[in-house]
Amino acid sequence: MKPAPFRLERPRTIADACSLLMQDGAKAMAGGQSLGPMLNLRLAAPDLVVDLGGIAELRRAWSEPGCEVYGALVTHADVEDGRVPDVGENILRRVAGGIAYRAVRNRGTMGGSLFHADPAADWVNALSALSAEVEIAGPEGRRRLALADFLTGALSTALGCGEILVAIRVPHVQAGARFGYVKHCRKVGEFAHAVGAVLADPAAGTCRAVMGAIDAPPLVFADAAPLFGGAITEGFAARFDAAAAAAALAAAGVEDPVRRHMHAEVLRRAALQASALLPEKAAA
Amino acid sequence: MAGGAQQQAGFEGVGARLPRKEDERLMRGLGTYIADIRLAGLQDVAFVRSPLAHARIRAIHVPEDLKGRVFTAADLDGVKPIRAVSGLPGFKVSEQPVLATDKVRQVGELIAMCVAPTRAEAEDMAARVELDLEELPALHDMLAARLPGAALVHEHWGDNVFLESLVNIGIEAAFDAPVKVSRTLSTARQCMAPIEGRGAVIHFDHRLDQLVVHTASQMPHIVRTGLSECLGLEEGQVRIVSPDVGGGFGYKAILLAEEVCLGWLTRRLGHPVRWLEDRREHLTANANCREHHYEITLYAERDGTLRGIDCEATVDSGAYSAYPFSACLEAAQVASILPGPYDFPAYRCRTWSVATNKCPILPYRGVARTGVCFALEVALDALAAELGLPPEVVRLRNLVRPEQMPFDNITNKHFDSGDYPQALTRALAAIGADTVRERQQAGEADGRRIGLGLSIYCEQAAHGTSVYSGWGIPMVPGHEQAGARLTPDGGLELRVGAHSHGQGLETTLAQVACEILGIPVSRTRLVHGDTAMTPYSTGSWGSRVMVMAGGAVATACTELGERIRAIGAHMLQASLDEVRLEGGRVVGPGGDVAIRDIAHTWYRRPQDLPAGVDPHGLEVTAGYKPVRDSGTFSYAAHAVVVAVDTGLGEVEILDYAIVEDGGTLVNPMVVDGQIIGGLAQGIGTALYEEMAFDSAGQPLASTLADYLLPGAPEVPSPLIEHMLTPSPYTRFGVKGIGEGGAIAPPAAIANAINDALRPLGAEMLRSPVTPHRIMAQLLAARAGERSAA
Repeated sequence: MKPAPFRLERPRTIADACSLLMQDGAKAMAGGQSLGPMLNLRLAAPDLVVDLGGIAELRRAWSEPGCEVYGALVTHADVEDGRVPDVGENILRRVAGGIAYRAVRNRGTMGGSLFHADPAADWVNALSALSAEVEIAGPEGRRRLALADFLTGALSTALGCGEILVAIRVPHVQAGARFGYVKHCRKVGEFAHAVGAVLADPAAGTCRAVMGAIDAPPLVFADAAPLFGGAITEGFAARFDAAAAAAALAAAGVEDPVRRHMHAEVLRRAALQASALLPEKAAA
Repeated sequence: MAGGAQQQAGFEGVGARLPRKEDERLMRGLGTYIADIRLAGLQDVAFVRSPLAHARIRAIHVPEDLKGRVFTAADLDGVKPIRAVSGLPGFKVSEQPVLATDKVRQVGELIAMCVAPTRAEAEDMAARVELDLEELPALHDMLAARLPGAALVHEHWGDNVFLESLVNIGIEAAFDAPVKVSRTLSTARQCMAPIEGRGAVIHFDHRLDQLVVHTASQMPHIVRTGLSECLGLEEGQVRIVSPDVGGGFGYKAILLAEEVCLGWLTRRLGHPVRWLEDRREHLTANANCREHHYEITLYAERDGTLRGIDCEATVDSGAYSAYPFSACLEAAQVASILPGPYDFPAYRCRTWSVATNKCPILPYRGVARTGVCFALEVALDALAAELGLPPEVVRLRNLVRPEQMPFDNITNKHFDSGDYPQALTRALAAIGADTVRERQQAGEADGRRIGLGLSIYCEQAAHGTSVYSGWGIPMVPGHEQAGARLTPDGGLELRVGAHSHGQGLETTLAQVACEILGIPVSRTRLVHGDTAMTPYSTGSWGSRVMVMAGGAVATACTELGERIRAIGAHMLQASLDEVRLEGGRVVGPGGDVAIRDIAHTWYRRPQDLPAGVDPHGLEVTAGYKPVRDSGTFSYAAHAVVVAVDTGLGEVEILDYAIVEDGGTLVNPMVVDGQIIGGLAQGIGTALYEEMAFDSAGQPLASTLADYLLPGAPEVPSPLIEHMLTPSPYTRFGVKGIGEGGAIAPPAAIANAINDALRPLGAEMLRSPVTPHRIMAQLLAARAGERSAA
């Protein structure tokens, strides 16, 4: 378990990073918490590793009207410890605190996690439920994509040659809206086997729901009302339709009925959190 | 023995709860492990390993420019395969070539070795070696491998059974019992996981004409014998040095094919070579253990009295017989230890050790006992449920009673001492069984279901010549020896051939010496882990070291004490029978003299010694065997409370209590550490650890992200109570306790889960009990109810 030979570059600007990433066999590295083990296992054997850690701009976070913006290299621990603003009361902070182990959170980054696009990753699922948008820099300039359009498959994204993910925009959670996030892991720190995330505003009658860790990008219900009997009102979670969730999972290719049950169950629990019927468990 | 509360301040003898002196170095990162050893000219080895579970080797293509740095079986002139033969009748012999010759029989089998200045470069070379393999049908299921017509791992055998055994002690007499309960149970294949993997640094010392092998081993002297036989060297030409070892658990109680390869390689190349196992090699190629399958039937009276036990047990032994314990260590033990601590009149057990295309099964802490305890204790709960009796009632009806001690059970195991019913009742009290059951009736606010589980086992330890000679494996333990020598400044050096791989021997053996000589633990050094500097020993396995090496140290120190006393008496101008050893001094009627002054006199002022002084001086090597070598019997009752989430199948351990009887405890803190560490591994077996294989025999976990080990949040702090029934046969009455912590938890936890889920129609009979397995049963039970309704 030692990496195959590769060159390492540590550019100081986004433009330099993009131009290095134009080369064949180049791979960007953020916190290195996934790429490091993959290099050691020779599951990844790039000719060139472009370490983005020298680009100060990617570590910033700032507010814009209606959203918070997180540089791609904001770490999970930055969020967990409150060094960057949250999008609502203990929303991202709770998710961050449940990612892997503290040692991973110290180095692992929000942008790296989205770029790696592991279907079981917390940011992939939580930010899908929160309607996040990613900003991409590349040789053709900058562009923005909804996270759902960015995540094109398990471990695959819409990033093109020479492009890097530079920032993530996460809309503020409106007063009256509640966020539920539940994952099923066999042990603390393990990648989840099922993730459920729900952002609901019963007063407005809206609900967005996500089922994740299904070997594909998250299953996003922009309007989750059909999962709750057709309408989002107070106490909507009590009307969760497990059969509808299971049918959606089957359609998404989850063949094992036991897994379908567990995915539906974590979504039900996330909905209970989001409808204040179940006390939030830290990092559930 | 001095009891904990009564100990005087400063007491360091047998029974003292002392912090481990080796932790000063180990906890500061100052230990020396294999990977810390640097030798001039050292190069690294990476192996080309088989990507297939079963294949014929058509050709191995080594690129021209790598010739001389890459070696295959064809290069290994004079190297013999590893043979671990058992003398049990009918045992079929496997020959394990250290590099594959005509066939590969497991994923990860060694095919070629590549040498380079760094491991990464060696791996680059390994990636360029091309294999031409003809894939053969792979055996991944031991039950299928037993069937006629299955593909053959070793063609000339004609089947895939290393060994089949049968004991029948009047089982027919049980057939008319009014109650009969049958279950099929199994334990998963696991990978024992010490923090430090295996590794070896090997070079040839021409001055001494000696192959010097630094290797992480629990049994340096046994490796020396095996290695010299495979390499065709005299034993005197092989020195094994085992430095600090970062956990063993049985994983390092083996002769490695890698060691044989590197032993040959360093002589061929003329420079030191090193191999450090990585986690992928550990998981996919090397560390298999535990996989058992049981068909068990209990015959009983309606009051729970056992009339008989009938069992068929199959163990997946993997492709080869590992040296020295052989491929049938587990299955052969199953038949003799399945009865556990119970007294019943009829018994039959048939066992199979089956060859498959997986890596060889190795002895892991608890060896066969963890599987046996799981099978019998879970089946006993099924019997209790069938009878409508609490599980402890059924156990108490059948446990061997204290007045029966010493007790020869149905398979002639000789229980030396103990009060098993007391252990069980104390465990129930410690866990607060009555309160737990009231809470269970009341139900949980969060909807989870509470369960209480019990298990009890016995652990035969330090069994010796009379037990092992019958197995006919390459190693039979005899007398254990220890050296004890005073240094000129009055310090003590102890030498033992067993090795510490985390047990704290540097402290506990010093405590034994202190008990006899009164020399402080800080002034005693343990020399171990080096065949050049220690007496022969079969090493550290079978929970034997405190009994055997402890007994040998005590014997050597007792003899040394006599010699110290003789010189002391002369110095005090007293007769020998007037002086005694006390607190590190020889005390006579008119004064006393310190051991350090006696040592000074012997070594540096011999002119002061009497004319007839014993010429052997202040250095002793002594041998020891217990009064009986059939083994000590420690035991424990475990009680656990779990909460099961019936929506997701998650299990939380709420409380855990252990009542253990390890006889006299040399260091209760070290014993507690052993129990807690074993418990962590037992929880792994119960809930997390599983090495799965696909139908092509490919192992499905290659990192610790896929092979789940319990971490700190998953391991509770258990309540531990000690019973202290001394063994009548051993020095101080000590019993081996090193494995017990890992034996009982899978049964206790499965029983607790079943206690929680039985009303819902689920019963978990397979370890690990995973959320998916729980939900599969619960969903099936719900579907059954719906279709019945």
